[in-house]
Amino acid sequence: MTKILAPPAQQAPAHQAPTHRARQTPTSRTLTEDPHAPAEDLRALALRHGLTVSGARPSLPAYVRQLWSRRDFITAFATARLTAQYSQARLGQVWQVMTPLLNAAVYYAIFGVLMDAKQGVPDYVPFLITGVFVWTFTSDTVMAGTRAISGNLGLVRALHFPRASLPISLALQQLQQLLLSLTALVVILFCFGEFPTWSWLLAVPALLCQALFNTGVALVLARLAARTPDISQLMPFVLRTWMYASGAMWSIQNLASGGRFPDGVVLALQCNPAAVYIDLMRFALIESHTSTQLPPHVWALAAGWALLAFGGGFIWFWKAEEAYGRG
Amino acid sequence: MAEAESTPTVVVDGVHITYTVHGGRSGGRGAATAALSRMLRRGGSAPAARRVHAVKGVSFVARRGEAIGLIGSNGSGKSTLLKAIAGLQPVERGQVYTHGQPSLLGVNAALMNDLTGERNVVLGGLAMGMSRAEVRERYAEIVDFSGINEKDDAISRPMRTYSSGMGARLRFSIAAAKSHDVLLIDEALSTGDARFRRRSQRRIDELRAEAGTVFLVSHSNPTITETCERALWLEAGTLRMDGPAKEVVAAYEEFTATGTGTGPGKPGK
Repeated sequence: MTKILAPPAQQAPAHQAPTHRARQTPTSRTLTEDPHAPAEDLRALALRHGLTVSGARPSLPAYVRQLWSRRDFITAFATARLTAQYSQARLGQVWQVMTPLLNAAVYYAIFGVLMDAKQGVPDYVPFLITGVFVWTFTSDTVMAGTRAISGNLGLVRALHFPRASLPISLALQQLQQLLLSLTALVVILFCFGEFPTWSWLLAVPALLCQALFNTGVALVLARLAARTPDISQLMPFVLRTWMYASGAMWSIQNLASGGRFPDGVVLALQCNPAAVYIDLMRFALIESHTSTQLPPHVWALAAGWALLAFGGGFIWFWKAEEAYGRG
Repeated sequence: MAEAESTPTVVVDGVHITYTVHGGRSGGRGAATAALSRMLRRGGSAPAARRVHAVKGVSFVARRGEAIGLIGSNGSGKSTLLKAIAGLQPVERGQVYTHGQPSLLGVNAALMNDLTGERNVVLGGLAMGMSRAEVRERYAEIVDFSGINEKDDAISRPMRTYSSGMGARLRFSIAAAKSHDVLLIDEALSTGDARFRRRSQRRIDELRAEAGTVFLVSHSNPTITETCERALWLEAGTLRMDGPAKEVVAAYEEFTATGTGTGPGKPGK
């Protein structure tokens, strides 16, 4: 039997196969079992009228085009999140700069004053604070990425937009946050006698590479955490391990001179993306942090990690586009 | 041929939808002990991920110019089915074919309570896929329609300071600012006071005129019979009945009145 049901305007269409449930009224039929029998008929009907499958994944170029057409939404969503963050506080947006400044003050009090942990690093406080701010950018973006889909299921289930908008937008929010932190960092650098030189311009490409890298990792984790929400419970531990391995608070270079680890391990630590971006930023901003403290081919590494993470992450995220929003 | 008169806009073909619910989500301190006792009882199996079979093999064809009501008791799969038609909820089996891009009427999830009404109008418009220029163009219209600026300058206040009625009016106004091929409305008509309801009813009629097909989920039977000429009755994920709205609603009312499943078998009076 066919299940192409008559619209109410057409009373008892004659072309339909007679139903064996004769006792029912001709226009309204009670359906019970047998959902599979008419599959071919309906598909043929849909295809004959040129209907398309709802919620199918677009091709990669089409996806990129869709994403580009949503750029206004991506930036507006990022800025809105950033603004909403402190809107309940009395001091409001002042906290955007106050929070990183207070963070820096705590690190200075503990490492700079209490422990006096210079660790053989000249200009330790600028070294420490630069490292912490740059690391925070990566770690916050990664954490935001894990919640990009799983924390915005309402949005994913209510509206149409390329889902990559969410992790990209949240990564952009973190970049905006970092730029605000950098104004605090500049103030601190002034306090410790670091003044602008031409090398400060190197911070721009370094940050661009880091932002690309972070966005790529955020895309990967957004897909992982969309399927397995437990990832977001695990990430703080992964991130803390990564932080200590990247020398946000100490110098990997000094580890090498200690001689307790083989050179290969030290080099591997130095070449890990977080360490690369942290050291590049120190190299750009702090005069005493020279190129001898950087791993070889550091700019190639920075760009390579960025392209690998962003390209790979984007494609991998896109491959599950139609599945986001389930469960 | 009757079929040639109006072209189909939505073809739902034997659709099954399931989703997975992780854990009981009871939260709080009890959760850990509950999980522990569950693990002990089941001999160490992982916390159960329950699969909910929300829609079980639904098929129908919707045609241009139809307004179709979806009725059924709570949890019968109406909203899930709407989301599948919109392409927002992946289907487990079967397929949904649509003409153009069906859209749910609703932007609630994109709005942020901590932001002003002003910024939410822009954010909501962009979230629905408008360009910045379009949002600027429609802005005054949206605010006027919501009527929240009639007494004071409420639009410049954060949305969390709005009364629930004001918030609902602004959300509806943003959502209704865009016209769609296939429009899906989930209980949107029950917002705001009587005056706003009349206004939103008019807006829905306009949207229906612009859209090819309208689906409406509602628990208000009069709304269904007033707005729609055809109705689908879902019960526990299966399509119980499909026909003229008045007949289906009558059968559904009989079913809910008796409270048992005797009604739908014999819809004829």
